Amino acid sequence: MIELEGLTKKYGEATAVDGLTLEVNEGELLVLLGGSGCGKTTTLKMINRLIEPTSGSIRIDGDDATGVPAHELRRRIGYVFQKIGLFPHMTIAENIAITPDLLGWDAARTSNRVDELLELVELDPSEMRERVPTALSGGQQQRVGVARALAAEPSVMLLDEPFGALDPLTRDRLQESFTRIRRRLGLTAIFVTHDMAEALLLGDRIAVMDAGELVQVGTPHELLHEPANDLVRELMETPQRQAQNLRSLFESSPEGDA
Amino acid sequence: MSQQLALLPGYLTGHLQLTMLALLVAIAVSIPLGVLATRVKWLEPPLLATAGVIQTIPSLALLAVMVPVLAAFDLQSIGFLPALIGLTLYGLLPILRNTVTGIESVDPALTEAARGVGMTEAQQLRKVALPLALPMIVGGVRTATVWTVGIATLSTPVGATSLGNYIFSGLQTRNFTAVLVGSVAAALLALVLDGLVHMLEVGIRDRRRGLTAMSSGVFGLLLLFVGVTLVAPWVRGSARPIRIGSKSFTEQYVLADILAEQIHAKTGLPTEKVESLGSTVVFDAVKSGDIDVYVDYSGTIWATVLQKKAQPTSREQAIRESTRYLEDELGMTVVGPLGFENTYALVMRDAQSTDLGVRDISELVPFAPSMSMGADYEFFSRPEWKAVKTSYGLKFEKLRTMDPALMYQAVAQGTVDVISGYSTDGRIDALDLRVLEDDEHAIPPYDALIITSHHLKEAHPEVMDALAELVGTIDAAQMRKMNGDVDQRGEATAVVAQRFLGGLAAETNR
Repeated sequence: MIELEGLTKKYGEATAVDGLTLEVNEGELLVLLGGSGCGKTTTLKMINRLIEPTSGSIRIDGDDATGVPAHELRRRIGYVFQKIGLFPHMTIAENIAITPDLLGWDAARTSNRVDELLELVELDPSEMRERVPTALSGGQQQRVGVARALAAEPSVMLLDEPFGALDPLTRDRLQESFTRIRRRLGLTAIFVTHDMAEALLLGDRIAVMDAGELVQVGTPHELLHEPANDLVRELMETPQRQAQNLRSLFESSPEGDA
Repeated sequence: MSQQLALLPGYLTGHLQLTMLALLVAIAVSIPLGVLATRVKWLEPPLLATAGVIQTIPSLALLAVMVPVLAAFDLQSIGFLPALIGLTLYGLLPILRNTVTGIESVDPALTEAARGVGMTEAQQLRKVALPLALPMIVGGVRTATVWTVGIATLSTPVGATSLGNYIFSGLQTRNFTAVLVGSVAAALLALVLDGLVHMLEVGIRDRRRGLTAMSSGVFGLLLLFVGVTLVAPWVRGSARPIRIGSKSFTEQYVLADILAEQIHAKTGLPTEKVESLGSTVVFDAVKSGDIDVYVDYSGTIWATVLQKKAQPTSREQAIRESTRYLEDELGMTVVGPLGFENTYALVMRDAQSTDLGVRDISELVPFAPSMSMGADYEFFSRPEWKAVKTSYGLKFEKLRTMDPALMYQAVAQGTVDVISGYSTDGRIDALDLRVLEDDEHAIPPYDALIITSHHLKEAHPEVMDALAELVGTIDAAQMRKMNGDVDQRGEATAVVAQRFLGGLAAETNR
């Protein structure tokens, strides 16, 4: 469980995140949604202290996040980066094993864990273990990125637009895989995206941010039916309009065109 | 060729000692400094600027400047240490710069990922930044390697043995085999060391255990060799050899061999030649005792050490006053003159001088107005020429400056009638030329003197006796012949020296 209270980040005069208060329940996936510069990524990075907050508190499973050295905190939180960030001088197995190695797991346990995770993200361990990241496709690389984040059995996962840079087909497949994994492991997670459709598909609840402030938090159903303001309403209408447009396009297309 | 190759083990060992140690120190200093510069941002500009400035100092000057600097700190100012420090300073920049660039060009996404997975600062550096910067850092090491091997050839004038000994003495004695052997050996060494660094890099990068083990094994052996050869003289406890210095021209190489051979033959002590030194470098080294003995010229001591403006009135006065100053003021010992002068001299064709009946400069004066004279680039602006002109009232139809290497040929072929040569140059005999007597003693005397350090007399009186046997044994004609044997006939200086000493022994036995 993640509890944020009055979380604020200022850069000089500019306020990136302003007094954010939010709770993510055990086993819940919360989507942090908003346009570029709304403060969603800053919020995410403050939770594992890649960015130190100006004020406010963060509690993870009841413990204050500032109570331990930052690197120890990060070893307990899985983090998936938009730019993936696999280390090119290490094999796939070594990349996945990083956090277990930092925690001092014994070699056999780590090795078993690597195989288990590769299978979980639907990659063949015998084929993948000794490869280097550059030999993999973008989708495969991010599957490894998810495996690396899960390696040390974290209680909490943070995902920063993890599928944003992938092509639509690959993104679709990874979203499906991830939903399945999350359900199976019962992960508590925060998922940052600007993609409305992704938010609706993946999120148990969605938190909409704008200009560093939290606008509304709720289930997709609540956001659709009781939008707090025009921004939320517009956000919710976009996928519906797109879906309608697509449907009419499919219906009007002449038979035998293919 | 085989004579030259016999010198290779010694020169190559010296060269390896210098380059390997200089590189090792440069790597050990620059990589941590480079890492520091990426952590402490304000340090980066001054660090890189300092290393850059060092780089702009001409390499020969950087090495030469170490001599007085070390002397000021009362450290060994000649030989291995100044060369090592100079080379190390030179190797710093490429490694430092590439370390900084390498670490700073690590993709920020990877740096963030390294933090994100829970690495400490030190772990980020060790597991991510340094491995990713490795190719860049190795690139810097390779540049430094090639530079250092090349520049190490310039450590000869500061008294460190290197492959440069071939090049410096070869150029002076017109022994191009020596120059070639030295240059090729240095180039090959650079290629081999560069290749080894590259192999080590590929081994680490591609995780090829065999390659890594092999190349680091070779490096280990080279370092072991360097260490053993450096430490061996101390461990063996053998007496420090008697060091004989020489400047960088043929006559000095011959004389160094004569001194070395004489000392070894008479006393059985080991000797070591430190050749091709700068004129002031060798003087300072003998003054400080780093070198035990060398030959210098009374006129040079008179002008550069005593700093006298006025000309000495006679050869004897120059010798007497130089000796007094060196012994009383500086504590050195002047064993005595060898018997010849190596001075500026007016030289003409032997046949022409016979035809005209000109044996000295006074007799040349009436003929000069219809003659042309050639000299090297500086002679006509030197005090020696002014002295000759005024004391004899000498006037030529035409004065021409020319390259010293072409001057002797020019007078021999009649392009000019008179040249200013060196009185002991081997080409005077080889080209049938004649030195005109300086009957008015206008040109300052340049008697060759055997000069020793202050402690040689106490430490090895037997060496002083051996050197004293050489006093007055070489006249100008003999020195000219020996120089000619080396320059013109391509004989090794050691061979010429041994023949001279053999002749000397035969004479005394008779």
